[in-house]
Amino acid sequence: MDIFDKLQILADSAKYDVACTSSGASRGSEGARMGNAVACGICHSFASDGRCISLLKVLLSNACAYDCSYCVNRASGNAKRATFAPRELADLTYQFYRRNYIEGLFLSSGIIRDADTTCERMIEVLRILREEYRFGGYIHAKAIPGADARLILRLGQLADRMSVNIELPSSKSLALLAPNKTKESILKPMGLIGQRIQENAGDLVRFGHAPAFSPAGQSTQMIIGATPDSDYTILNLSAALYRKFKLKRVFYSAYMPVSSNPLLPSTDTKPPLLREHRLYQADWLLRFYGFSAGELLDKEHPNFNPYVDPKCNWALHHMDRFPVEVNRAPLDMLLRVPGIGVKSAQRIVQARKVTALDFAGLKKIGVVLKRAQYFITCRGRMAAGANLTPDHVLRSLVSDKCKSLPAGQEQMTFLQQGITRQDVMQCLSGQL
Amino acid sequence: MPQQADVIYRYDGSLEGALCAIFESYVQKEIPLDIVSDGEAQASLYPVRRIETQSSIAKRVMAGLNRVAGSAVADQVRLAFYTCMPHREMRMLSFVRLAMRMGADVLSLLTDDTVRAVTGAVNHLTYESHQYTGFVRFSDAGGVLYGIIGPKNFVLPLLAPHFCDRYPQENLFLYDETHHVALISRQGQGFLVPIDNYTPPAPGQEEAHYRSLWKTFYHTIGIEGRYNPRCRMNHMQKRYWKHLTEMDESIPLHGPASIPADTAHSPPDAGIGAPAGRGPQ
Repeated sequence: MDIFDKLQILADSAKYDVACTSSGASRGSEGARMGNAVACGICHSFASDGRCISLLKVLLSNACAYDCSYCVNRASGNAKRATFAPRELADLTYQFYRRNYIEGLFLSSGIIRDADTTCERMIEVLRILREEYRFGGYIHAKAIPGADARLILRLGQLADRMSVNIELPSSKSLALLAPNKTKESILKPMGLIGQRIQENAGDLVRFGHAPAFSPAGQSTQMIIGATPDSDYTILNLSAALYRKFKLKRVFYSAYMPVSSNPLLPSTDTKPPLLREHRLYQADWLLRFYGFSAGELLDKEHPNFNPYVDPKCNWALHHMDRFPVEVNRAPLDMLLRVPGIGVKSAQRIVQARKVTALDFAGLKKIGVVLKRAQYFITCRGRMAAGANLTPDHVLRSLVSDKCKSLPAGQEQMTFLQQGITRQDVMQCLSGQL
Repeated sequence: MPQQADVIYRYDGSLEGALCAIFESYVQKEIPLDIVSDGEAQASLYPVRRIETQSSIAKRVMAGLNRVAGSAVADQVRLAFYTCMPHREMRMLSFVRLAMRMGADVLSLLTDDTVRAVTGAVNHLTYESHQYTGFVRFSDAGGVLYGIIGPKNFVLPLLAPHFCDRYPQENLFLYDETHHVALISRQGQGFLVPIDNYTPPAPGQEEAHYRSLWKTFYHTIGIEGRYNPRCRMNHMQKRYWKHLTEMDESIPLHGPASIPADTAHSPPDAGIGAPAGRGPQ
């Protein structure tokens, strides 16, 4: 089998892994023959699906011994199999990096015989790159659940970021669809890595220097829509992972039907992209906007509203806290205004130091008023004509993503009956 | 208050020259109609005054800005010079005048048209430069890595430190076809050279091999079920495609005839640690 076939098969098997970020590590090339890392990460290309390509994302092997129903590479599946020789992959990474095609390597693997063997082979690739080729670029390595702690730690010394995929958001779903994996086998390496990252930080403080351990932290990924788990379950899990394991990122991956199995959604199911999008929005709210999972969803409303984004949904349920005065509101409240993002909020705070802002001023500094105008005042005034017709409010608040949903007709009939603003709010916030 | 004057300043097109033109406006207590470089000067009805470039004066302007408004403002002025903003020298002049009056607060004056124009143009420059850290494609020709870019802004001064640091042991040649300037870097030491024209050499066998491999990877990694050309275009505008290996339709997807294993997969040359340099001085 030539390298073209191998690359094709092993990139194809890796493409459902979402993470392709190269952020979080920053170092110059001192001591390296080639390569550095940039804290913000760099996208080198964008694939036909619009996703960033930052790393050479491949499996070391797709000849997997496990049999997880949701996976293309399961042992009982009929995928074409291939395995890279460690040096072959190290050379490919080096040559791609030299040409500035990539920011580094994202290495994962199917289970070659057992977890330890797999982990050892991955370590060999990274060892060649780091020690023989003195490669200073970014490396993201998957920790293999069930591998020996010693091997996981060695992997972490060679990589910039590590991840262990949770895959399915509950033990029940795991038992059903991934019989070779358990919650414990996934959380154990995650805990180990998290602990080692923290110790490493401690060592750095105490001794001034220490061999870096996974300096860009760790991340994980969950499949959305393969199992009946609710958004509430998923978001709580994410919040716990950020809190307990100090994860840098949790990625969500809309389930792409890859096999027909009575336990899984049928193969003609469309991937739940909107749901994935809502989860990412909520994830951002947790990490950058000071929201907690409990504020966004609860037992009575376990799933996100498809028609409005999670922040807007929260605002509509808390109209007593609005409108806020942009010239006085604290940053954390500005961040809660629908339509105002982190950048806009920071600009407002900066600009109002030297000028009193009005709506024209907000527009000038780049704040998009389409949705924000219903929730703010400038120098005590609402935007002219802001809260007039329900039709307008509705059009402005319903997110662009679902303009094409069939509910459009319902909206129109509601409007023809001449409803009040309050009705629109209610209908938007859940009962639509 | 400076008087509006019916005069056009002409300078040599360098950053130092532009700073000297700004200084002239202070000396004469006047605002010129326009400030143009030698390259873009046209016959005009108005008198043209030629501004001599003097390093000491340029340094004095920068030092004054640093003192009154701080280094962040001075950086904005320096970067503004590399942008493609129309009438950038006049914008720089208004910005400097505002900064000398307001100090560091000028950067908070986001509703002001001058400040908006300058910071907006600088953001455009730094964003384009950031994008190019990813979108530059190098090819290997006899041990030299060459590449071509076609940026709107003059991004090479910003890109140089990045690539010089990234490839401390390579010889780089990165040509900006918009501004006709190339970054040349030998083992981490980089400098910028004006070059009129550049035609890249035809790729050798090994180079063609890696181009095909990259294109194969690119076409494999997209998920068909999520095909989204608009999203791709938003992140990677079509103007970049011209120089992207993966978008080059002349490259075969499954590689040319296979090449001997010893050339295709030879490990990188054993280089001896050259001092890692830091871009153009």
